[in-house]
Amino acid sequence: MTGRNVTSQPSATAFAAVDPAPGALETPVVALSGVSRSFGPTRALDDLSLTVRRGEILGIIGRSGAGKSTLIRCLNGLERPDSGRIEIEGRNIVGLSESELQPIRRKIGMIFQHFNLMSAKTVVDNVALPLKIAGWSKAERRARALELLDLVGLSDKAGAYPSALSGGQKQRVGIARALSARPALLLSDEATSALDPETTRAILTLLKDINRKLGVTVVLITHEMEVVRTIGDRVAVLEAGRIVEEGEVWHVFSDPKTELTQSLLSGVRPQLPAHVASRLATDGQEVVLGVDLTDPALGDGLFVDILDHLPATVHFLHGGIDHIHDQPVARFFLTVPREPAALVEDVTTYLRSINARVEVLGHVSRPV
Amino acid sequence: MSPVLFNLLLQSIWETVVMTLASGVISFVAGLPLALILVATDRGGIAENFLVNRALGWVINGFRSVPFIILLVALIPLTRLLVGTSLGTAAAIVPLAIAAAPYYARVAEVSLREVDPGLIEAARAMGGNRWTIVREVLVPEALPGIVAGFTVTLVTLVGASAMAGAIGAGGLGDLAIRYGYQRFETGVMIAVVAVLIVLVSGIQWLGDRLVARLDHRA
Repeated sequence: MTGRNVTSQPSATAFAAVDPAPGALETPVVALSGVSRSFGPTRALDDLSLTVRRGEILGIIGRSGAGKSTLIRCLNGLERPDSGRIEIEGRNIVGLSESELQPIRRKIGMIFQHFNLMSAKTVVDNVALPLKIAGWSKAERRARALELLDLVGLSDKAGAYPSALSGGQKQRVGIARALSARPALLLSDEATSALDPETTRAILTLLKDINRKLGVTVVLITHEMEVVRTIGDRVAVLEAGRIVEEGEVWHVFSDPKTELTQSLLSGVRPQLPAHVASRLATDGQEVVLGVDLTDPALGDGLFVDILDHLPATVHFLHGGIDHIHDQPVARFFLTVPREPAALVEDVTTYLRSINARVEVLGHVSRPV
Repeated sequence: MSPVLFNLLLQSIWETVVMTLASGVISFVAGLPLALILVATDRGGIAENFLVNRALGWVINGFRSVPFIILLVALIPLTRLLVGTSLGTAAAIVPLAIAAAPYYARVAEVSLREVDPGLIEAARAMGGNRWTIVREVLVPEALPGIVAGFTVTLVTLVGASAMAGAIGAGGLGDLAIRYGYQRFETGVMIAVVAVLIVLVSGIQWLGDRLVARLDHRA
């Protein structure tokens, strides 16, 4: 074990992830290829391939039963695939024995939906447990645990038992524990699903901070798009054990390809108002358009320019600009009169000329 | 009560305490590992082994099926081998411990099973081996139940030690039968029952106090 220097400020150089060995940059932290896992007749993972880049936060999203839990448990060998390769820092862990996996797991932190703190241990002893397992001396692990508690803002709770903590505090302890042995990779298994929205935000901010400050690569699974949107760099959408869509978060958000992604996004993207959606028909005086646009200039007045450019008979129905990791992403709905016949065509052509995606959703009768 | 009888009562209390504690400690030391083996070797356990699990389960069930009074007699040869005699307090400890160990194993097993599987998973994710899981998770997390179960076992042993009086083990049960019942010494009988109530209540009180101190679950 190297770099066990104890400092009050978490020192970035102590983390292998920030200071990789020469050539390590080309090695992804995690690389899965052709991974399959069945439980009886159910294929939880189906020939799945996925790469996790160093230092990124990858969000894996899917509905329950999509195989998320199985996938994340494969990354530290808690679950064994039937076939395929799982490379952690370039080393295939498939087929390793339990005792061969143990040293690898010590370099991978994990946080859980239900925190999984030891009720019989104090907060500081919980955080120190991975270090005890790694064979650190008592004084060293206590010092390191206190340093981590400082990082997550719970220094005053060191001697408390987990039962005395709130859900958010418990998860902070979980995060401190997961980071204590200086892992290069942090796995998050629905870490905010049991928390209220405000606490969720605080925990996500903490995870993002840790990712930026310490350079820890984070893989998180969730069923909430909001989580991915808040902290994810990239997102992979999982359905029936396969990755159906993958990419930069802002990109997937602005241009979701699959129906599943669109439906998962429904809570965090503007939707056609229900009273209009329910009246959509193949015939009517107004044409309803859905527009998606990603352009850095959106924040600098482009959005207003677009609206100015449209004829007065075109009505802005709903939507606006959203920022995903500093990327302005616009999604909005317009109604365009069907007569004169060329108007819809003109509006569509104009919007497409500025690289917007335009979709004719249907017709509605007046008044909208 | 005459001074002779009073001395007899004191001696009987001492014998009962010795029998209960000695057999209790032995059954704890033997029963807890048995319980750990049962839980670890069970399906989905940390050292899954169907054969060991079944075999141990059968042996424990076998011992627990034999009525204690029969076990007392049946174990006389073993007791002679171990203690040199089949009479007296020391001799009674052998059948008491052999009866209580499988009982305690089952009681402790229940507590160990109640440990949240998520905690075991967390320890595995940290890179812990089986021994780590036993030492850092299973035993500490189940400790309140393990202690509460031990309290129950001790109280059961107080009762069982009275039965051991039937083979000359001495103790409060022996005193109650020979003096209180067979010689119609109602005073002795009342005294014995009173002492037993105090003894059992004391054990339960101590056990409950200890559990309350150990239990940090919400």
